[in-house]
Amino acid sequence: MDKTINVTLKIWRQAGPKDKGKFETYKLDNVSTDSSFLEMMDVLNEQLVSERKEPIAFDHDCREGICGMCSMYINGHPHGPDGEITTCQLHMRNFSDGQTITVEPWRSAAFPIIRDLMVDRGAYDKIIQAGGYVSINTGGVPDGNAIPISKIQADEAMDAASCIGCGACAAACKNGSAMLFVAAKVSQLALLPQGKVEAASRAKAMVAKMDELGFGNCTNTGACEAECPKNVSISHIARLNREFLVAKFRD
Amino acid sequence: MANSQESTAVEGNKIDARIPEGPLAEKWSNYKAHQKLVNPANKRRLDVIVVGTGLAGASAAASLAELGFNVLNFCIQDSPRRAHSIAAQGGINAAKNYQNDGDSVYRLFYDTIKGGDYRAREANVYRLAEVSNSIIDQCVAQGVPFAREYGGLLDNRSFGGAQVSRTFYAKGQTGQQLLLGAYSALSRQIGKGSVKLYSRYEMLDVVVIDGRARGIIARNLVSGKIERFFAHAVVVGSGGYGNTFFLSTNAMASNGSAAIQMYKKGAYFSNPAYAQIHPTCIPVHGEFQSKLTLMSESLRNDGRIWTPKKKEDAEAIRAGKKKPTDLKEEDRDYYLERRYPAFGNLVPRDVASRAAKERCDAGYGVGNTGLAVYLDFSDAINRLGEDVVRARYGNLFQMYEKIVDDNPYHTPMMIYPAIHYTMGGIWVDYELQTSVKGLFCIGEANFSDHGANRLGASALMQGLADGYFVLPYTIQNYLADQIQVPRLSTELPEFEEAEKAVNDKIKKLMSIQGKESVDHIHRKLGLIMWDFVGMGRNKAGLETALAKIKEVREEFWTNVYIPGKEVDLNNELEKALRLADFIEIGELMARDALMREESCGGHFREEYQTPEGEALRNDEDFSFASCWKYAGEGKEPELLKEALDYEFIHRQQRNYKS
Repeated sequence: MDKTINVTLKIWRQAGPKDKGKFETYKLDNVSTDSSFLEMMDVLNEQLVSERKEPIAFDHDCREGICGMCSMYINGHPHGPDGEITTCQLHMRNFSDGQTITVEPWRSAAFPIIRDLMVDRGAYDKIIQAGGYVSINTGGVPDGNAIPISKIQADEAMDAASCIGCGACAAACKNGSAMLFVAAKVSQLALLPQGKVEAASRAKAMVAKMDELGFGNCTNTGACEAECPKNVSISHIARLNREFLVAKFRD
Repeated sequence: MANSQESTAVEGNKIDARIPEGPLAEKWSNYKAHQKLVNPANKRRLDVIVVGTGLAGASAAASLAELGFNVLNFCIQDSPRRAHSIAAQGGINAAKNYQNDGDSVYRLFYDTIKGGDYRAREANVYRLAEVSNSIIDQCVAQGVPFAREYGGLLDNRSFGGAQVSRTFYAKGQTGQQLLLGAYSALSRQIGKGSVKLYSRYEMLDVVVIDGRARGIIARNLVSGKIERFFAHAVVVGSGGYGNTFFLSTNAMASNGSAAIQMYKKGAYFSNPAYAQIHPTCIPVHGEFQSKLTLMSESLRNDGRIWTPKKKEDAEAIRAGKKKPTDLKEEDRDYYLERRYPAFGNLVPRDVASRAAKERCDAGYGVGNTGLAVYLDFSDAINRLGEDVVRARYGNLFQMYEKIVDDNPYHTPMMIYPAIHYTMGGIWVDYELQTSVKGLFCIGEANFSDHGANRLGASALMQGLADGYFVLPYTIQNYLADQIQVPRLSTELPEFEEAEKAVNDKIKKLMSIQGKESVDHIHRKLGLIMWDFVGMGRNKAGLETALAKIKEVREEFWTNVYIPGKEVDLNNELEKALRLADFIEIGELMARDALMREESCGGHFREEYQTPEGEALRNDEDFSFASCWKYAGEGKEPELLKEALDYEFIHRQQRNYKS
């Protein structure tokens, strides 16, 4: 039941956004295969603290795969080798005894490194602030059942809305594009009558903000979809493009 | 420091919740009709600090900014979208009666009061039920993709403690979708400049000037700098304190520090002992474990909970000699269905949790530790087919499989109770104002609506009710009198003093340079809490807990080791500051539990139970909300009581059997 493995970790250490970073190597023995990747990192940090060394800074919070805070690039994959999960849900049973594991932060021009494995994803918030909402105030809205919405549309909107804003899509993309993130929000709201009203202007505003913040262009490699922990489909990018074109024609 | 000041809600030590006059159903309308409002030109001149960006904080910040107030919003994570409300799975209650199954505002009110074991305030709970329907409308208008029927209308499911289907949901991610709705409204206001967002900031003190909350001291978690912020009023929606137990279903950064700071500045801490132990969590599996994962209560719609009927079977399973699927139907004890025929697997959380503990303590538990029971879907799969079960709970089953490495479609899930939610919190009056003027508290951080036990799908309802539909009204009744107050300088001595106190505390912590890590000491605290202040409490155990918590405090303040620098990104320092306050909360919880010589809801004193082992209330002596008043460091807090007068409903022994 309590199987353990020994691993070697090559972890990116960088003091601040302007400092030069480098890989440091750590050996960690007797890691329970039932522990999560972040619990393994906790054990490593406890070890570093006990050796009077600076622990590794990394982002994490809910540890159940929904807050989108954890963000490690493990052995060449955002959130590691297992599919459909975030780093916090990755378990050590996915690694073998004696394996070397390389851990890096998200690498994208729009996500500057704060320290070690921690990056600044404020750019995603700024994109939402540019138009990722329905322009209504609190109160004075119609009854929830006033406008029937087909189950198919609602389910598809839900699939798009399951994006957790973790940034894996931009980190996986060779162009550092945030298209899947933007498309998920544009598509969710365009699919629903409440969001349809502003669909075109929303697409335009969010894409403009994405370009301004230094994200790259989409060349349809599909890496984002493959690495997305929530399986958000690139078909949403097609819907984003449609809304974007509508906006352009109107200009 | 202004610890004691008179407030409109508190005259001397007599506690008045300032409930509006009139029949229950008219109180809120009467209040709104007669409260003071602030005109649009004056709103622009008033600053409001909102701490927290969860359902309560984000909805309050967005709504206040829409009204025209100037809002400063503080977020501990890197983005408001990550607040822990996001992890709520199952759903949100509302009294829409879309199912035509007999629901009403009154019935939602009644179920909530009864679920809370008659320890909540009638007027607050009625208002909550009253505004619940507006929440659903608001969220739909924001583009929240709630589950729908084929006809295009909203779908509902059932939750514990109710006999109607009134829970709205978005797959197993309802909290996420509601939070993203509030986040989108908040983002719109940030984009417009009416909310200034401070992310990766943590509140470290509230600044009180002349008896009124006028700002906060916060630490920039990236630079480590301590900063001062002024506002005409301060609203705190910082969540619950379940992480006192170290292992809980809360997020890693969830903490009770804002609550303790408010408490130390004169806000009462109410009912700290009321903590909810959620019955369906993945059992503890190792010492390295950092948190517990919840499996949604919605699973109890179709899953059946059981343990082996014979001890020898339980022993064989624990030893790995038998599998649950080897046991025949007649060898299984569906103990909830047996004990509570009317509600079966859908009894409230406190009842389900205690029943699981009872079975495991009696030797019928499974898993290698014996601290687990089965949640079995084989009946549902036979009845509905695997596809239907997958469509309903697929994401939860996947989550379980990733963590436990076991396929719940083929072998029953193992579950065990874990700390999940805290009903206790900062005392607030009907206006959600604390005992400090101008200091408001919303969402899980306050104590108001759930009494001694919260029903499933009611936390999301309360967070959003407070933020969208209650606070934006009630805060104006306070702010209307503040329009003459200019924006005060943060150079005032009260700010100076508060910042110095924070800096002194940090310096002291950094200078200890002891031997133990923060987590090591926190784990110790957590074990004490679980063993003595957990699901079953008694006098001797609680006294032991108080003594042991003192030892933990001593160890912490003399032997903790924090690496790194003071004014820098320093995660260990952040955790240490939070642990210092968890120790205070742990002590308050134990003290409150010891004082309350009755069992009610989530608070179970083993000395006070019915012959069948159910919670035995004592309405004669304990029909009050405890309000603990800080008396200074090292001094015992003073206990004040807010009497709970039940004017409108008749209290009974809770009955989920028939």
